[in-house]
Amino acid sequence: MSRPSTDVTGRFSRREFLLVSGIAGGGLLLATFLKPFGALEALGATPAAEFTPNAFIRITPDGIVTIIAQNPEIGQGVKTMLPMLIAEELDIDWKDVHVEQAPYDATKFNSQFAGGSRATPTHWLPMRRAGAAARVMLISAAAHKWGVPESECETASGVVHHRASGRALGYGALVEAAASVPAPDLKTLALKDARDFKIIGTKIRGVDTHAIVTGRPLYGIDITLPGMLYATFERCPVFGGKVANANLAEVRAQPGVRHAFVIDKGSVLGDPNGGGLDGFALDGVAIVADSWWQAKSARQKLRVSWSEGAGAKQSSAGFAASAAQLSTQPPQQTLHRDGDAETALRSAPKTVRAAYFYPFIAHATLEPQNCTAQFRNGKLELWAGTQFPEIGRGLIAKTLGIAENDITIHIMRGGGGFGRRLHSDFMLEAAWIAKAAGAPVKLLWTREDDIQHDFYRPAGWHYLAGAVDASGKLVAWRNHFVSFGEGKTFATSASMGPLEFPARFVPNFALEASVMPLALPTGYIRAPVSNGVAFATQSFIDELAHAAGKDPLQFRLDLLANVQPDKPAGGEAPRGQRGSDLDPARMRGVLELVAEKSGWGSRSLPRGSGMGIAFHYSHSGYFAEVVQARVSRAGKISVDKVWVAGDVGSDIINPLNAENQVQGSVLDGIAEALAQEITIERGRVVQSNFHDFHLLRLTQAPPVEVHFRKTRFEPTGIGEPA
Amino acid sequence: MTVTFKVNGKPATVDVPPDMPLLWVLRDVLDLKGTKFGCGAAQCGACTVQVRGVPTRSCVLPVSAVQGSEITTIEGLSSDGSHPLQRAWEELDVPQCGYCQAGQLMSAAALLAKKAQPSDADIDAAMDGNLCRCATYIRIRQAIHRAAAMKTNAADTSRFYDSGRSAP
Repeated sequence: MSRPSTDVTGRFSRREFLLVSGIAGGGLLLATFLKPFGALEALGATPAAEFTPNAFIRITPDGIVTIIAQNPEIGQGVKTMLPMLIAEELDIDWKDVHVEQAPYDATKFNSQFAGGSRATPTHWLPMRRAGAAARVMLISAAAHKWGVPESECETASGVVHHRASGRALGYGALVEAAASVPAPDLKTLALKDARDFKIIGTKIRGVDTHAIVTGRPLYGIDITLPGMLYATFERCPVFGGKVANANLAEVRAQPGVRHAFVIDKGSVLGDPNGGGLDGFALDGVAIVADSWWQAKSARQKLRVSWSEGAGAKQSSAGFAASAAQLSTQPPQQTLHRDGDAETALRSAPKTVRAAYFYPFIAHATLEPQNCTAQFRNGKLELWAGTQFPEIGRGLIAKTLGIAENDITIHIMRGGGGFGRRLHSDFMLEAAWIAKAAGAPVKLLWTREDDIQHDFYRPAGWHYLAGAVDASGKLVAWRNHFVSFGEGKTFATSASMGPLEFPARFVPNFALEASVMPLALPTGYIRAPVSNGVAFATQSFIDELAHAAGKDPLQFRLDLLANVQPDKPAGGEAPRGQRGSDLDPARMRGVLELVAEKSGWGSRSLPRGSGMGIAFHYSHSGYFAEVVQARVSRAGKISVDKVWVAGDVGSDIINPLNAENQVQGSVLDGIAEALAQEITIERGRVVQSNFHDFHLLRLTQAPPVEVHFRKTRFEPTGIGEPA
Repeated sequence: MTVTFKVNGKPATVDVPPDMPLLWVLRDVLDLKGTKFGCGAAQCGACTVQVRGVPTRSCVLPVSAVQGSEITTIEGLSSDGSHPLQRAWEELDVPQCGYCQAGQLMSAAALLAKKAQPSDADIDAAMDGNLCRCATYIRIRQAIHRAAAMKTNAADTSRFYDSGRSAP
């Protein structure tokens, strides 16, 4: 990273250490060591004494192995996990690995984003191949040196051995020779057998954990540049509103204020309701000062009259009334239909009808959105906790008219992401303000900015009807899903897939939808769509189980066994549609495991307590959970214990982190279900900070027991499906 | 206004507006970035430091109020991560995103200083105001118990070092 050394303990940072040791060892090494930092290329030295077989690995003659972590780290553990895959196949000990965060670089890296629990399935093989390629090249270098066949050489813990002659060379001693070995064909490389894994499947601590617990600068908010100014940005409380006028002169007279100006994006980003992720960005008043406190203090003197626009008419109460009305009318569209749900509902002996609702919620990353930007000589440099730098760069390039190649993005550790940092509105604002201010600027949002200007998890309404036959089998399921959008198009993250469960498992199935307009930005929150749909679906399955007089676990197992013969199942279904490739055998596996671990049906419970069971398939992961919960006399629900069983394939790459992710996901779900709601009045978000938008607290966090069922499938992601 | 106080044992004198919260003095004037901004309203605990040993939300504490005080931040909990809580946090790998953890540690350190062997109820009372958006609460509780055990068991106090580290 090109940020300045910030080690406040007085020890040498790695960069300084190399500088010193380089001087001690001669100028040539100095330049080659520092090449990745781009700092001293002017010396003109040729990089002969370093082995960089690919963009992920750097080995220097002193045997130091640096592995580049390409993806944004937001707390999901990817900065540790991807290097683990490389180190495994490179055959080095984890304790000898240094990890370095890559900047955004589309010329070197593939899929450099944090979203959709995609890192594991995308990189499971490519990262391992990157490590294996380097290992093959090091073996080749050693074999050539010794004049022996490569097949007689092997590696262990960063050393190439020729057992027959007892010779051995550490990787550091081979870097010069290895640098001239042609790279092997990645596709034909032999990878380790899982039985030989020494790193994958072991508990590895986060590479930044030490820096975190000692308070080292790591996050976007921690960046400081020479001559940097600080900015705050006032947006219209009504989404899509614009500045009519503002008392800029008074604001400019406040202590420390350097600039105060209106940003009017005009039409450059297009219609905010047109489906673009960031169309709501910009439009507001920027205040730039010598310190952030001064900028924020000056903002209290700011008076803006807004052109609020049509968004001011919308409200949560209005949405609820519209949804109720839509539910009584014929659905606007049918997403999927099997058999004849209407007839089956009319003729079945037992029918259940229910409506489920979930509200808007905010991401509320604990690190408020921020970005530091520097615009110099036509080039823009950004430091940001971003989940999707590619989108941010494109948006900024388009808006500010800067070529994409002239924009550098340093990916900082994100203080939480949950989907919020897929959006680049805060980066665009920082870039615009820094360009206008003619100085490096750190833009930092307040918590109120963050809660009131999010891309919200859309509210949703499910009007459900289901029927069971005399034997207690589910024979009909109809869902009229009421959501937001226009015509046949759903607002972002406000859709359902046509094959959402229990499609394919009920003979008479209808998934229908109606939408109403929304002038509010919506977005993806951890397990998007699933985090609402799973609640409605699994709750209604429970109601049907009770109607059928069946145990909720048994009812679910029966349902999973009821794959309709003419519908594809398991791996044969076309991929891509939500729910289309749900494999009932894998789901049955986790249901049975969680039932066993929780003592389902055999645990004695105190009065007022009960157990519930549910499952869900998303992001290629299979999860089943049992909750033990209590209802007080006053009707307050608290959760006392959760058991989880998950199947994300053949390997749990880092069990230490996987458990943490699953526990966090489950507790996140409890917070969403029991405490969180964003409400809209007169087009404005009512909530503003953590006193009225509630995060889960320590005293509300029950024990969460996590179990994994390993199956023969390639491993998939763990950040969302639980 | 000139305010003089001690941070992590070292004297500091700053000339800033008197209403500037201690948080911003620490972060933007003294360049101690370990203390975090989360809410600006004493609602989340990310900014927790100790003022004369008492866990305090620095985001709402005007710097004028700490004249002559002794402040401890995460950087001063230990110089090298050797405080039992830091070691326990590493051992159990508590953090996910990590942003709240400095505040969590400062609250927990004040608890352990007051009560060497805290019960779960003590932990509930001391830690309920520190929010973790990633919900690492289960490990936070375990790590406080672990650190308390380390303090009384000399055999456990060896430095924990066996994983890869990010290059600074």
